[in-house]
Amino acid sequence: MTVNELCEKCGFSAVVVPDGDREVTGCYMGDLLSWVMGRAKGDDAWITIMSNINIIAVASLADVSCIILSEGVTVDDDIIATAQQKEINILSSALPSYETAVKVSEQI
Amino acid sequence: MSESLTFHFDVDGEDFTSAGQASVQVKKNLRRLGISPEIIRQVSIAMYEGEINMVIHAGGGKADVVVSEDKIEIILVDKGPGIADIDLAMQEGFSTATDSVRSLGFGAGMGLPNMKRYTDEMTIDSVVGEGTTIKMVVNL
Repeated sequence: MTVNELCEKCGFSAVVVPDGDREVTGCYMGDLLSWVMGRAKGDDAWITIMSNINIIAVASLADVSCIILSEGVTVDDDIIATAQQKEINILSSALPSYETAVKVSEQI
Repeated sequence: MSESLTFHFDVDGEDFTSAGQASVQVKKNLRRLGISPEIIRQVSIAMYEGEINMVIHAGGGKADVVVSEDKIEIILVDKGPGIADIDLAMQEGFSTATDSVRSLGFGAGMGLPNMKRYTDEMTIDSVVGEGTTIKMVVNL
Protein backbone atom coordinates (compact mmCIF):
# COMPACT_ATOMS: atom_id res chain seq x y z
CA MET A 1 0.00 0.00 0.00
CA THR A 2 1.29 3.48 -0.83
CA VAL A 3 1.43 6.48 1.48
CA ASN A 4 -1.31 8.20 -0.55
CA GLU A 5 -3.59 5.16 -0.26
CA LEU A 6 -2.92 4.80 3.46
CA CYS A 7 -3.72 8.47 4.01
CA GLU A 8 -7.02 8.19 2.19
CA LYS A 9 -8.15 4.85 3.62
CA CYS A 10 -7.33 5.79 7.22
CA GLY A 11 -8.87 9.25 6.95
CA PHE A 12 -5.61 11.00 7.82
CA SER A 13 -4.73 14.47 6.52
CA ALA A 14 -1.84 15.00 4.10
CA VAL A 15 0.40 17.66 5.67
CA VAL A 16 3.08 17.36 3.00
CA VAL A 17 3.42 14.38 0.69
CA PRO A 18 6.27 14.82 -1.80
CA ASP A 19 6.67 11.06 -2.33
CA GLY A 20 3.14 9.67 -2.05
CA ASP A 21 3.74 6.59 -4.18
CA ARG A 22 6.19 5.20 -1.63
CA GLU A 23 5.23 1.79 -0.23
CA VAL A 24 4.35 1.33 3.44
CA THR A 25 5.19 -2.14 4.73
CA GLY A 26 5.03 -1.76 8.50
CA CYS A 27 4.44 0.61 11.37
CA TYR A 28 6.44 1.87 14.35
CA MET A 29 5.25 4.15 17.14
CA GLY A 30 7.56 6.17 19.38
CA ASP A 31 8.72 9.62 20.43
CA LEU A 32 12.28 9.03 21.61
CA LEU A 33 14.28 9.65 18.46
CA SER A 34 17.17 7.28 19.12
CA TRP A 35 14.73 4.58 20.06
CA VAL A 36 12.99 5.08 16.73
CA MET A 37 16.28 4.93 14.86
CA GLY A 38 17.23 1.78 16.70
CA ARG A 39 13.96 -0.06 16.22
CA ALA A 40 11.95 1.27 13.27
CA LYS A 41 12.42 -0.58 10.00
CA GLY A 42 12.84 0.93 6.55
CA ASP A 43 9.46 1.63 4.87
CA ASP A 44 7.60 1.70 8.21
CA ALA A 45 5.01 4.39 8.83
CA TRP A 46 6.26 6.21 11.96
CA ILE A 47 3.62 7.44 14.40
CA THR A 48 4.79 10.18 16.77
CA ILE A 49 3.71 13.24 18.72
CA MET A 50 7.19 14.76 18.40
CA SER A 51 7.00 17.78 16.11
CA ASN A 52 10.41 19.50 16.13
CA ILE A 53 12.66 19.79 13.08
CA ASN A 54 14.78 16.78 14.06
CA ILE A 55 11.97 14.37 13.07
CA ILE A 56 12.80 15.14 9.43
CA ALA A 57 16.40 13.97 9.80
CA VAL A 58 15.32 10.90 11.77
CA ALA A 59 12.71 9.97 9.15
CA SER A 60 15.26 10.43 6.39
CA LEU A 61 18.03 8.43 8.06
CA ALA A 62 15.80 5.64 9.36
CA ASP A 63 14.28 5.56 5.87
CA VAL A 64 10.66 5.36 7.03
CA SER A 65 7.96 5.79 4.40
CA CYS A 66 6.11 8.54 6.25
CA ILE A 67 5.69 10.34 9.56
CA ILE A 68 2.17 10.24 11.00
CA LEU A 69 1.62 12.97 13.58
CA SER A 70 -1.01 11.63 15.95
CA GLU A 71 -3.21 13.27 18.62
CA GLY A 72 -3.84 16.26 16.31
CA VAL A 73 -0.26 17.48 16.66
CA THR A 74 0.70 20.14 14.11
CA VAL A 75 4.07 21.26 12.72
CA ASP A 76 5.43 24.70 11.81
CA ASP A 77 5.69 25.88 8.22
CA ASP A 78 9.48 25.69 8.20
CA ILE A 79 9.28 21.96 9.01
CA ILE A 80 6.79 21.46 6.18
CA ALA A 81 9.16 23.27 3.80
CA THR A 82 12.11 21.14 4.93
CA ALA A 83 10.06 17.95 4.54
CA GLN A 84 9.14 18.96 1.01
CA GLN A 85 12.79 19.64 0.19
CA LYS A 86 14.03 16.36 1.73
CA GLU A 87 11.11 14.39 0.24
CA ILE A 88 9.75 13.27 3.61
CA ASN A 89 6.02 12.49 3.73
CA ILE A 90 4.06 13.83 6.73
CA LEU A 91 0.47 12.85 7.48
CA SER A 92 -1.60 13.89 10.45
CA SER A 93 -4.21 12.05 12.47
CA ALA A 94 -6.66 13.59 14.93
CA LEU A 95 -6.85 10.23 16.73
CA PRO A 96 -4.74 9.18 19.72
CA SER A 97 -1.55 7.29 18.88
CA TYR A 98 -2.95 3.85 19.68
CA GLU A 99 -6.07 4.32 17.56
CA THR A 100 -3.92 5.74 14.76
CA ALA A 101 -1.78 2.59 14.88
CA VAL A 102 -4.89 0.39 14.82
CA LYS A 103 -6.11 2.18 11.67
CA VAL A 104 -2.73 1.63 10.01
CA SER A 105 -2.74 -2.00 11.08
CA GLU A 106 -6.11 -2.56 9.42
CA GLN A 107 -4.65 -1.47 6.10
CA ILE A 108 -1.18 -2.98 5.84
CA MET B 1 36.90 1.24 -6.38
CA SER B 2 40.61 0.83 -5.69
CA GLU B 3 41.23 4.06 -3.80
CA SER B 4 39.39 5.26 -0.75
CA LEU B 5 37.13 8.28 -0.81
CA THR B 6 36.89 10.63 2.19
CA PHE B 7 34.05 12.96 3.13
CA HIS B 8 34.86 15.52 5.81
CA PHE B 9 32.37 17.51 7.88
CA ASP B 10 32.57 20.11 10.62
CA VAL B 11 29.72 19.56 13.08
CA ASP B 12 28.35 22.81 14.49
CA GLY B 13 27.95 22.54 18.25
CA GLU B 14 25.54 25.42 18.66
CA ASP B 15 22.80 24.45 16.32
CA PHE B 16 20.35 21.73 17.19
CA THR B 17 18.09 22.50 14.28
CA SER B 18 20.76 21.78 11.68
CA ALA B 19 22.06 18.65 13.46
CA GLY B 20 21.93 15.78 11.04
CA GLN B 21 23.04 17.72 7.98
CA ALA B 22 26.33 15.84 7.74
CA SER B 23 24.57 12.48 8.08
CA VAL B 24 21.97 13.34 5.46
CA GLN B 25 24.76 14.46 3.11
CA VAL B 26 26.63 11.19 3.71
CA LYS B 27 23.46 9.30 2.91
CA LYS B 28 23.19 11.14 -0.42
CA ASN B 29 26.86 10.58 -1.26
CA LEU B 30 26.66 6.85 -0.50
CA ARG B 31 23.53 6.54 -2.60
CA ARG B 32 25.40 8.09 -5.53
CA LEU B 33 28.16 5.53 -5.05
CA GLY B 34 25.61 2.74 -5.42
CA ILE B 35 25.97 1.41 -1.85
CA SER B 36 23.06 -0.83 -0.79
CA PRO B 37 20.14 0.83 1.08
CA GLU B 38 20.60 -1.25 4.24
CA ILE B 39 24.30 -0.34 4.50
CA ILE B 40 23.41 3.31 3.90
CA ARG B 41 20.83 3.09 6.70
CA GLN B 42 23.38 1.60 9.10
CA VAL B 43 26.08 4.16 8.31
CA SER B 44 23.81 7.19 8.34
CA ILE B 45 22.06 6.27 11.61
CA ALA B 46 25.38 5.53 13.35
CA MET B 47 26.77 8.82 12.11
CA TYR B 48 23.66 10.80 13.10
CA GLU B 49 23.84 9.45 16.64
CA GLY B 50 27.48 10.50 16.80
CA GLU B 51 26.69 13.88 15.36
CA ILE B 52 23.90 14.46 17.89
CA ASN B 53 26.23 13.40 20.72
CA MET B 54 28.78 15.96 19.59
CA VAL B 55 26.10 18.67 19.53
CA ILE B 56 24.63 17.68 22.92
CA HIS B 57 27.79 17.02 24.86
CA ALA B 58 30.89 18.34 23.13
CA GLY B 59 30.11 21.69 21.49
CA GLY B 60 30.59 20.19 18.04
CA GLY B 61 33.45 18.35 16.41
CA LYS B 62 34.71 16.84 13.20
CA ALA B 63 33.47 13.86 11.26
CA ASP B 64 35.19 11.91 8.50
CA VAL B 65 33.65 9.13 6.46
CA VAL B 66 36.10 7.00 4.48
CA VAL B 67 34.69 4.72 1.83
CA SER B 68 37.02 1.99 0.56
CA GLU B 69 36.56 -1.20 -1.39
CA ASP B 70 35.55 -3.45 1.49
CA LYS B 71 34.40 -1.11 4.27
CA ILE B 72 33.11 2.28 5.34
CA GLU B 73 34.86 3.94 8.28
CA ILE B 74 33.33 6.75 10.34
CA ILE B 75 35.70 8.77 12.50
CA LEU B 76 34.26 11.29 14.95
CA VAL B 77 36.57 13.59 16.88
CA ASP B 78 35.57 16.15 19.50
CA LYS B 79 37.22 18.24 22.17
CA GLY B 80 34.36 17.90 24.62
CA PRO B 81 34.40 16.84 28.28
CA GLY B 82 35.20 13.19 27.53
CA ILE B 83 33.41 10.08 28.82
CA ALA B 84 34.32 9.16 32.40
CA ASP B 85 32.90 5.63 32.38
CA ILE B 86 32.60 4.14 28.89
CA ASP B 87 30.98 0.88 30.07
CA LEU B 88 28.26 2.88 31.80
CA ALA B 89 27.80 5.15 28.78
CA MET B 90 27.34 2.08 26.57
CA GLN B 91 24.38 0.85 28.64
CA GLU B 92 21.01 1.39 27.01
CA GLY B 93 19.07 4.03 28.93
CA PHE B 94 22.05 5.73 30.58
CA SER B 95 22.22 9.41 29.66
CA THR B 96 23.66 12.65 31.00
CA ALA B 97 21.57 14.81 28.66
CA THR B 98 19.68 17.79 30.09
CA ASP B 99 15.89 18.07 30.34
CA SER B 100 15.80 20.57 27.48
CA VAL B 101 17.58 18.07 25.23
CA ARG B 102 15.21 15.32 26.36
CA SER B 103 12.20 17.49 25.51
CA LEU B 104 13.38 17.39 21.88
CA GLY B 105 13.21 13.61 21.91
CA PHE B 106 16.93 13.00 22.47
CA GLY B 107 18.73 11.84 25.60
CA ALA B 108 17.13 8.39 25.69
CA GLY B 109 20.49 6.81 26.40
CA MET B 110 20.40 4.96 23.08
CA GLY B 111 22.96 6.91 21.07
CA LEU B 112 26.13 4.92 21.73
CA PRO B 113 24.25 1.57 21.83
CA ASN B 114 22.71 2.38 18.44
CA MET B 115 26.14 3.22 17.03
CA LYS B 116 27.37 -0.18 18.16
CA ARG B 117 24.21 -1.90 16.94
CA TYR B 118 24.55 -0.56 13.42
CA THR B 119 28.28 -1.02 12.91
CA ASP B 120 30.59 -4.04 12.72
CA GLU B 121 33.36 -2.48 14.81
CA MET B 122 33.39 0.43 17.21
CA THR B 123 36.17 1.82 19.40
CA ILE B 124 35.91 4.71 21.84
CA ASP B 125 39.01 6.59 22.86
CA SER B 126 38.18 9.21 25.47
CA VAL B 127 40.11 11.33 27.93
CA VAL B 128 38.17 13.31 30.52
CA GLY B 129 38.78 17.02 29.99
CA GLU B 130 40.34 16.52 26.57
CA GLY B 131 37.81 14.92 24.27
CA THR B 132 36.58 11.80 22.56
CA THR B 133 37.42 9.97 19.35
CA ILE B 134 35.07 7.29 18.08
CA LYS B 135 35.90 5.03 15.15
CA MET B 136 33.25 2.85 13.57
CA VAL B 137 33.50 0.40 10.69
CA VAL B 138 30.73 -1.01 8.54
CA ASN B 139 31.94 -3.87 6.33
CA LEU B 140 30.77 -3.93 2.73
